[in-house]
Amino acid sequence: MAIEAAVPGAEVEVILNPGPAAEHSLLLSHDKAVDVACFLRDDPALKFDFLSNVSGVDWLDKEIVEKVKVTKPVIKLVDGPEGKVEQTVDETVEETRRHIVPGYLESVYHLYSIALRHGPLVLRMRTANRTDQVEMPSLTPVWRSAEFQEREVFDLYGIVFAGHPDLRRILMWDEFKDHPMRRDYVEPDDYEYEPTPHDAVLKRAQEHKSREQSSGVRVQEPAAK
Amino acid sequence: MATAAETPEITSLGSQHMVLNMGPQHPATHGVLRLVVEIDGEIIVKVRPEIGYLHTGIEKTCEAKFYQQVIPMTDRINYLDPLSNNLCYCLAVEKLLGLDIPERAQWIRVLLTELSRLNSHLIWLGTHAMDIGALTVFLYTFREREEILRLFEAVAGQRMMTSYFRIGGLSMEPPLDYFDRVQAFIKTFPEKIDEYSNLLTGNPIFINRLKGVGYLSPEDAIALGVTGPPLRASGVDIDLRRDMPYSGYDKFNFDVPISHGCDTWARYEVRLIEMRESTKIIQQALDGMPGGPVKADAPKIVLPDREKMKTQMEALIHHFKIVTEGFAVPAGEVYQGMECGHGQMGYYVVSDGTAKPYRVHMRYPSFATLQALETMCKGRLIADLVAVIGSIDIVLGEIDR
Repeated sequence: MAIEAAVPGAEVEVILNPGPAAEHSLLLSHDKAVDVACFLRDDPALKFDFLSNVSGVDWLDKEIVEKVKVTKPVIKLVDGPEGKVEQTVDETVEETRRHIVPGYLESVYHLYSIALRHGPLVLRMRTANRTDQVEMPSLTPVWRSAEFQEREVFDLYGIVFAGHPDLRRILMWDEFKDHPMRRDYVEPDDYEYEPTPHDAVLKRAQEHKSREQSSGVRVQEPAAK
Repeated sequence: MATAAETPEITSLGSQHMVLNMGPQHPATHGVLRLVVEIDGEIIVKVRPEIGYLHTGIEKTCEAKFYQQVIPMTDRINYLDPLSNNLCYCLAVEKLLGLDIPERAQWIRVLLTELSRLNSHLIWLGTHAMDIGALTVFLYTFREREEILRLFEAVAGQRMMTSYFRIGGLSMEPPLDYFDRVQAFIKTFPEKIDEYSNLLTGNPIFINRLKGVGYLSPEDAIALGVTGPPLRASGVDIDLRRDMPYSGYDKFNFDVPISHGCDTWARYEVRLIEMRESTKIIQQALDGMPGGPVKADAPKIVLPDREKMKTQMEALIHHFKIVTEGFAVPAGEVYQGMECGHGQMGYYVVSDGTAKPYRVHMRYPSFATLQALETMCKGRLIADLVAVIGSIDIVLGEIDR
């Protein structure tokens, strides 16, 4: 592949898209992402000079339940000529196995080439997990239009883009904690989402307010799950 | 959990630079845009947009809705160009489903999207001229906009939040005399454009305020993600309607106006010609409007006609199923780009195989164009800032979402 030839050790993986749209994408490794991006932008046959879209996707930890057929020796009582006899018999049993596929945060880039009028090319990068290793290289040095959009992904998903010139919150306010677009985001307990709060929501909010009044500190804390 | 770096407090002003806060409640910012401007006398040194005042978490809300329920959310993002929003989302989901749309539905979609573009451009022209000080034009453009809104109301029952396009076609056939009404509007509209042009194009104050202001080179424009009329006014000849046609745009003849002026004046010229081209497209759509159904033949996705639902058991079952359970979309992801009034819009939809989208992300042109504001204003007078904001045609609903 051309990318492998141009950028040694690029480790680009093609992720297939199963749907009818069939827009396949390239998964970049963190170390070589900027090199690959520069190659895609500057190569005369590709010339992806226009970065259209950056978005984040949150993939939660997935528990995969598999039913596996296992054959193992079982000792059974079998009717023999002299009454019941113990005998080892191979028997197929269905076993349920569970294993957890760790989740990750993903950033997806959509590129077009204005010079050659083709696209979109989809690039993606994944973080190691969803909690403490959420860094990935920023592509803002390559495509300047990523600046605000990467800030938005950082704000809403909490992906830290290393090498971004000005990584601050953009849509939420500075004091806001947590990242609201994550799938497991829990709204703060003083959040009264109903026009006239009642029952549990009202109770939760009142408790929060009385706590705030007694302590005199404005706090933002997640509601109990 | 990652922690955000805090926005630096502006305490010391350094040597002689002054920091001016513009907005969020400023009539010339077209909504709740807040700009922190650093000025040296009257010269702009730095512009920092502070956005998020209108953030309502539409993308998050979409994740909790069925695919067909997302359509009304899209209207509210860019409320000046509602049908383009509907179209882009529908095209994305139809691509995910692999659904073919009947020709008549495609043509009506084109017709209405172009009317919607006219709506967007008319508001831009009125407010842009008003920012510069030419109040009269605003009243003229809103006169025509009113007629377009009436046309929207006739098909959708709503003036602004139309939600007329559905996944798989249109919500219903337009009323009987509808195309005659559009024809009557289109017939007089080019004269109205002349009228605006007479008021502005020769106006010395308007020329002085726009010419040479807000220079944006083609290289900067592409690098910063600027699209639509501002990009074409910088001499880059690209229009997705022509270059990557969707919804049957390849069957229409139209020119893509470009200008090499790279300034606010060039953006004004490009949009004015674009309105004339839109009129041409609408005329072609009216002349060649094909017959046939306006909904795709996919009973599990498209709601049945009211009459069928009342008489046929199967249609009733499908109706009940779609409304209560939605329809499953095969797993996968899609990015659909299109050209709306402000530039390139894009919808990124991820499906996990259920009836609710796993992720809907909207790429909106104003969000990217805002990044170019500093490049356009640096070293210019502070009074030019208002002209530049007007010329990039900003809608805060689509920036904050």
